[in-house]
Amino acid sequence: MRKLWILLTYIVFALLLGAPLVRIITGAWADGWSGFASGITRPEALHALLITGLIVVIVTAINALFGVMLALYLVRAPWLGKQLKRIMNSIVDLPFAVSPVIGGLMIVLLLGPDTVFGSLLNRAGIDIVYALPGMVIATLFVTFPLIIREVMPVLQEIGSQQEEAAQMLGAYPWTIFWRVTWPSIQWSVVYGVVLTVARTLGEFGAVLVVSGNILFKTQTATTLVYQDVENFNLTAANAVALVLAACSVGLLLFMEWAKSRKA
Amino acid sequence: MPDIYGRFAYVTNMLQSRWWSWGFRSAVLLYFVILIVFPILGIYGQSLSDGWPNFVHNLDDPLAWKAVVLTIKLAVIATLINVLIGTMAGWVLIRYKFPGRQLLNSMVDLPFALPTAVIGLMIMLLLGPRSPVGQWADDAGFSILFHEPAIVVAMVFVTFPFVIRAVQPLLEEMDASEEEAAYTMGASKAKTFWRVILPAMLPGVLSGAMLAFSRALAEFGAVVLVAGNIPGRTLVASVYIFGQIESDNPSGAAAVSVLLLTLSFLILWLVGYVQARRTGR
Repeated sequence: MRKLWILLTYIVFALLLGAPLVRIITGAWADGWSGFASGITRPEALHALLITGLIVVIVTAINALFGVMLALYLVRAPWLGKQLKRIMNSIVDLPFAVSPVIGGLMIVLLLGPDTVFGSLLNRAGIDIVYALPGMVIATLFVTFPLIIREVMPVLQEIGSQQEEAAQMLGAYPWTIFWRVTWPSIQWSVVYGVVLTVARTLGEFGAVLVVSGNILFKTQTATTLVYQDVENFNLTAANAVALVLAACSVGLLLFMEWAKSRKA
Repeated sequence: MPDIYGRFAYVTNMLQSRWWSWGFRSAVLLYFVILIVFPILGIYGQSLSDGWPNFVHNLDDPLAWKAVVLTIKLAVIATLINVLIGTMAGWVLIRYKFPGRQLLNSMVDLPFALPTAVIGLMIMLLLGPRSPVGQWADDAGFSILFHEPAIVVAMVFVTFPFVIRAVQPLLEEMDASEEEAAYTMGASKAKTFWRVILPAMLPGVLSGAMLAFSRALAEFGAVVLVAGNIPGRTLVASVYIFGQIESDNPSGAAAVSVLLLTLSFLILWLVGYVQARRTGR
């Protein structure tokens, strides 16, 4: 009985997770090394990867800063009422429930060229939708909960005694944060950042809606894969997809390593 | 080593730390409201701004309605599949020690890590007409890719980790003595499973299933590539919304979005309720 269950689990994992992964690797190498290389070194692929990298850097930096601060406030701040904290805490999770396409639609509805905001900014010479800022905002929205959800439980667990002790001894808020709080939350911030990077790399729906998928302008790696598939350019799509998949698997392995290190 | 932090703190204190903390507080709260609260209110506002009749009219489009019904139907199927294989895999990975267990356990999170467009491409290649699976299905007289089965496969793949990750902690913290007591009192293996183990796993299975269902409803990237996207037949709700945006009909897109969002929020609230009751907070 036991052997049967283990065998069954192996079969499920091999068919559902293993086979697709193997298929994408063989697919990228279908035309040999040159097929893979030309898929990656196409100018549009390089540009798309550059845009993706840019968004990853901006989004991770902004969400790390605001995520850690908001987590601190939601757990510690005495100036936020208990009821308000509870409401905010449940709102934090909402982006998880929102379909990426709807996330993108929200940005278009609020900041699109036909809206009040959008036309104001447009007159000032700033494009939001169908340009990089809109893509960044959409990705910020989608990845918003990740860091907060990693940091908050750790803050709750360590309690505030050490911080209070530091304050009694006369430390300034900055010193308390860097010397007392940061060392205990740093790994949870790292996990949150890794999750944010992975999600940002792979964000597709929201970015597709907001960016308009304009070649050499707002095309990201994932929307390039989509366009390649639509154009039946499968080997090239596989090459870009393989790079993305390798990044995600690498991040996943890093996460496993970091977690086993701690335990 | 000079005390950098101390010196920095001294400087910030000089710059009146109260003003700084006020600045930080308002910046973070403003960010929260503008980035998260505004967009969600905005979409509800947009779809209801032309009045209730218009909202209903937008939903009354038979294609929109069919897309929503199809999405719910396929998401239910995918969730049921995941409840079965997720409960089994969660159980096996926690209860049995066997070679490769650690590897399989790490692989569980793969669907969360992979970009959804990449997942779509993988499934498309795997089930395509030139692949062994596609050929076998072709010989058997039905098609998978660009039809409902492919959408279900994509949904199952994307939501695979939810049930497993929700069941595992419950199994880990389960008291072995209850099970042993059942055995000592002469219960059979099957009876112990149904009467002792399953009730303990049930909250995890339920909340995992609801999260998986909500994610399956929302999935776009993996589905858009493998579904045929034929209106009324293989067009799911998220792809319908995308199509309406592309064809410049934002109010139609917003109406279906509000329907999906409300459903997802209800599920999220339900999951929170179940978990809060379990932990007794």
